[in-house]
Amino acid sequence: MDFVMNLLAGAIRVTIPIGFAALAGMISERAGVINMGLEGMMLIGAFFSVVGSYITGSPWIGLIFAMVSGAMIGLLMSVFAIGFKCEHMLTGVAANLLASGLTVVLLQMIWNTRGKSEAVNGLGVVSVPVINKIPIIKDLIGTISPLFYILVALMLIVWFVLYHTPIGLRIRVVGDNPFMAGSMGVKVYRIQYACMALSGALAGLGGAYLSIGDINMFSKGMVAGRGYIALSMVILGGWHPVGVVVSGLVYGVAQSLQFRIQSVKIPAQLVQMLPYLVTILVLFFVRSKNKAPAMEGVHYYQKGE
Amino acid sequence: MVKMKGKLKDLMTRSGILFSLASMVLALILCAVVIGILGYSPLEAYRAMVKGAFGNSYNISQTIGIAVPLIFSGLSMAIASKVGVFNIGIEGQMLVGSFAAALAGYYIKGLPMFIHLPLSLLCGIMMGGLWALIAAELRNFLHINEVILTIMLNYVAQYVVSYMVNFPFKAEGNVVRTEYVQDSARLAILVPHTRLSSGIFLALIVAIVLAIVLKRTKFGYELRAVGTNPLAAQSAGINQKKYIRLAMFISGALAGLGGAGEVLGYCGYYIPSMTQGYGFDGIAIATMGQNNPIGTVVSAFLFGALRNGAAGMNQSTSIPGELIEVLEALIILFVSTPGIFKYIKKQMKARKAGK
Repeated sequence: MDFVMNLLAGAIRVTIPIGFAALAGMISERAGVINMGLEGMMLIGAFFSVVGSYITGSPWIGLIFAMVSGAMIGLLMSVFAIGFKCEHMLTGVAANLLASGLTVVLLQMIWNTRGKSEAVNGLGVVSVPVINKIPIIKDLIGTISPLFYILVALMLIVWFVLYHTPIGLRIRVVGDNPFMAGSMGVKVYRIQYACMALSGALAGLGGAYLSIGDINMFSKGMVAGRGYIALSMVILGGWHPVGVVVSGLVYGVAQSLQFRIQSVKIPAQLVQMLPYLVTILVLFFVRSKNKAPAMEGVHYYQKGE
Repeated sequence: MVKMKGKLKDLMTRSGILFSLASMVLALILCAVVIGILGYSPLEAYRAMVKGAFGNSYNISQTIGIAVPLIFSGLSMAIASKVGVFNIGIEGQMLVGSFAAALAGYYIKGLPMFIHLPLSLLCGIMMGGLWALIAAELRNFLHINEVILTIMLNYVAQYVVSYMVNFPFKAEGNVVRTEYVQDSARLAILVPHTRLSSGIFLALIVAIVLAIVLKRTKFGYELRAVGTNPLAAQSAGINQKKYIRLAMFISGALAGLGGAGEVLGYCGYYIPSMTQGYGFDGIAIATMGQNNPIGTVVSAFLFGALRNGAAGMNQSTSIPGELIEVLEALIILFVSTPGIFKYIKKQMKARKAGK
């Protein structure tokens, strides 16, 4: 029983950054923009949250830094992908390269090192009064990073907005058929830019969890492929806000299991492979009914363009 | 004369060379601005970079040597893009290819060079191709998204190979690597003490063959048709699945060959992380070369120069070599965005009209 509890508790923590990024990827794809730049957005978020906390001493300001810097990357990608009709995938590849280079160069400038930043104030953990009394639940999320609650709240908000408000309807229509949306008077570009900025902010929060939510410093390349994993979770979760976060949890369980059976006499490399194999297997058997937004990755031209 | 100049200009514009060059220059200028903002001297940075890439015959050989795997990964990306598949798994395909070549090079003994070397290269080619085929077939038959598959297969490849080199096939000694391949499986090193091997000829030949096949054969035509307009291709009776399968196999095979070339040429053994990043560079290189084999070769040389130049800059100045990634990002953005120049032209016209 202890093993299962530890496993799940670990899984939830692995899921937090992936969940943010998957939510980020989902929202941009719903608006028709493929976001390959999640990795870079997370990295930038991880870096600037540390910068924010370093300058002001408050990790909460760090979170704002993370969201703003992530959103900037999202807007930069939008200018090229939406404004100048660059292939969406490529703007993402460029964003990832940019983030990876820029963070190291800035690391050198601010802390004069090329590997790790100084330790800064982190977000720490919270213990919510009622939840830390409920049996079982208290073992899982009794004391956990505040970003966990932020993730759950954001997931529900995004779900509500996407499916139960006029704005959400517009976003979905833009992803499925921007031409029709445009002809009905929806401001397609505005929605796409906004969704990309939001996507960047969300991915930035995911990155912030890795730095100020966990080890309280930035280290070079610390996102380590989580952005790509999140991209997969978007597809696995069927482009649904709750679906993508839950898919992240599947990966989280596999990853957490991997940490816990490393002590067994199986070569570490084979165990480390587990999360990725599990993801492929899940793809085999779980076929989401949801289809990708019909027009994602397609360039939309406004009238007269 | 004027007419000829016009023709030349037309040709260059059409083939995109002029455009790529202009974008390059734009990216270099913007990067200089970034370097300036960060508080370094752009002039110093670029000078160190040029010196690192072309300063002496050693540096030039290194630059060409680095370009070899980049040519292969660029070509690999280009052919997959031609058929409309985004092969983000080049990294993994390169990895399994290089490892297979390292094993074939060491464990097959007693063969003459003219059999052993091609055989080892072939092992790399087949392994890379088959690895890519997994993704292609799953996409064809189960409609699983190839982007997720290739991402996941990259990790699987990385860990499988890492296990193999750490346990069953680890060489004697402390360093985690495979044994040296037999001399009969080595590509000749052209300039001593550099990484420039005869793999460069292999890369150039492959690029030329690919260019001819894509441009001049029915196979190439149909392959491009599937990529540009799948619906039209289908109604013309072209078997899409077949072409996706073939293009992915070739794509993986090229990646595998690139990895094998590194093992049999430069290194002589497989060592973890030897292909680190080459696969992802391929995406940028193919874009810059506009998915055209010859253009890809040119841009691979350019990226080789950037890489080697960055290493030089890293050593001789206080500017981190990672700055090169910022430059690469800008190059990708500008080269793959024809809209920018159209926009600038339009603005200029509007201004003229306003006057």
